[in-house]
Amino acid sequence: MNLHHIFGVLEKSDPEVYQRMDTRRKALQRFAGIGRSLSLTALPFALGSLFQKSYAGTRNITDTPVEILNYALTLEYLESEFYKAGIAVGAALVPAGAPTNAIGTISAHETAHVAFLTAAIKAAGGTPANKPVFDFTAKGTFATVFTSYDTFLAVAQTFEDTGVRAYKGRAAELVKGGDLLTAALNIHSVEARHASHIRQMRKANNFGDVKPWITLKTSGIGSAAVQASYDGEENTKQANIEITNINSTSISANAASEAFDEGLTKDQVLAIVKNFIV
Amino acid sequence: MPKTNPSAGEKAIVVEGGVSALSRRKFLSYASVLSGLLVGASACDKDDNPSTSTVNLGSGDLGILNYAYALEQLEAAFYTKVISSQYSGITSAETALLTDIRDHEIAHREFFKTALSSNAIPALEVDFSSINFGSKDSVLATAKAFEDLGVSAYNGAGKLITSPDYLVLAGKIVSVEARHAAYIRDLISNGSFADGTVVDANGLDKSRTPAEVLAIASTYLKTKINANNLPTS
Repeated sequence: MNLHHIFGVLEKSDPEVYQRMDTRRKALQRFAGIGRSLSLTALPFALGSLFQKSYAGTRNITDTPVEILNYALTLEYLESEFYKAGIAVGAALVPAGAPTNAIGTISAHETAHVAFLTAAIKAAGGTPANKPVFDFTAKGTFATVFTSYDTFLAVAQTFEDTGVRAYKGRAAELVKGGDLLTAALNIHSVEARHASHIRQMRKANNFGDVKPWITLKTSGIGSAAVQASYDGEENTKQANIEITNINSTSISANAASEAFDEGLTKDQVLAIVKNFIV
Repeated sequence: MPKTNPSAGEKAIVVEGGVSALSRRKFLSYASVLSGLLVGASACDKDDNPSTSTVNLGSGDLGILNYAYALEQLEAAFYTKVISSQYSGITSAETALLTDIRDHEIAHREFFKTALSSNAIPALEVDFSSINFGSKDSVLATAKAFEDLGVSAYNGAGKLITSPDYLVLAGKIVSVEARHAAYIRDLISNGSFADGTVVDANGLDKSRTPAEVLAIASTYLKTKINANNLPTS
């Protein structure tokens, strides 16, 4: 893709583009029009140039998108470092074959998310958050996280389900966010695919009586320490509409809760993640 | 907007096949009236003479919600049939989880119908003639196509929504569709829950525009969908 062409088109369509950015919404829209086929290596240059030209002296405008990207980056660091450490242990932790392949697939996605978000933050003129030092035992709560396959998958499930809820919880702030919102949504659904698979792995190994989706607020994990990642999922009312038995159907409360995943606020997520950071 | 939808009793004609001539005629006339009103209101195109089997999704956020409602109608009708005429060799675990998915899709469909109220498009008529419901391969291949399509549809529609509340609702649904997609994919081939056919090198899922989605969905719909008034950016 020809980047000069992108800049040309942008300036042509809005000659005063650099004077017009006076709202957060417009800041978000600067991501719009950057083709999603743009390669990762090209992304920082394209976005970075736009932001540097557009926001000199108006730093507060970009705070929201950059802050959300850094929030997402911290969560992706948590996941990518977790899977890397698990894979490093080898077959003693994750059995060879399908399990190792699946964890490898998920790990590769999390690493790609870290790279993507880091590039996007730099492109937006921001500074990527430092990678925290993690303690995946959560200060001893999950002491066997890298010696027990059961514990490893329990923590993996918690991270994936929390990740889904974390992205969802910030979606409203990205409304009309153009391609930035689309990218966040495209990561969000990948996390949900991961969660579904990890849950199937746990079920197949009799580690927990879980389904690919979240029933009420049950974690299927024998530790109260993960409960904060599931509280609120029991909600059966959406936009003030009760889903259980809606319109004389026989939709159970279980199904009603499963049919809609719930978001978590930034504070709720950070309280969960804090336990895994030294 | 005037209430032009069929009454509750007449909405029972959704299900494929077995539609009586009378109710079908009523359905078509309602659809015609509705799409005529929507087209007339938004485009004032006096020459427009929509086909009697065309439903217009409308414009703005309501149009996007109707778009989602249309897709959920399709999915709910599909899984209802999957459970009522189960493929040979289905396991009890598969029956249980496919029944869950059916209920989730019905919940989504009924949620949109209720939320949209008088703005809701009528019930769509589906065409599942290309699906062999007795065959596991045929059913799961279609389920995979529908779930991946649903994920990409919600992902692509997100940026077209202007209400934060509606965006969050779409987000609450899309991750459940992604959980379904991963499960169905693993049923077909374990480990394919997020393979390279749906996730790119940056670890991003697919998103599709309404036009792209409806071109694929139209194979399974007798009712024609007019999405011309949906926002495009």
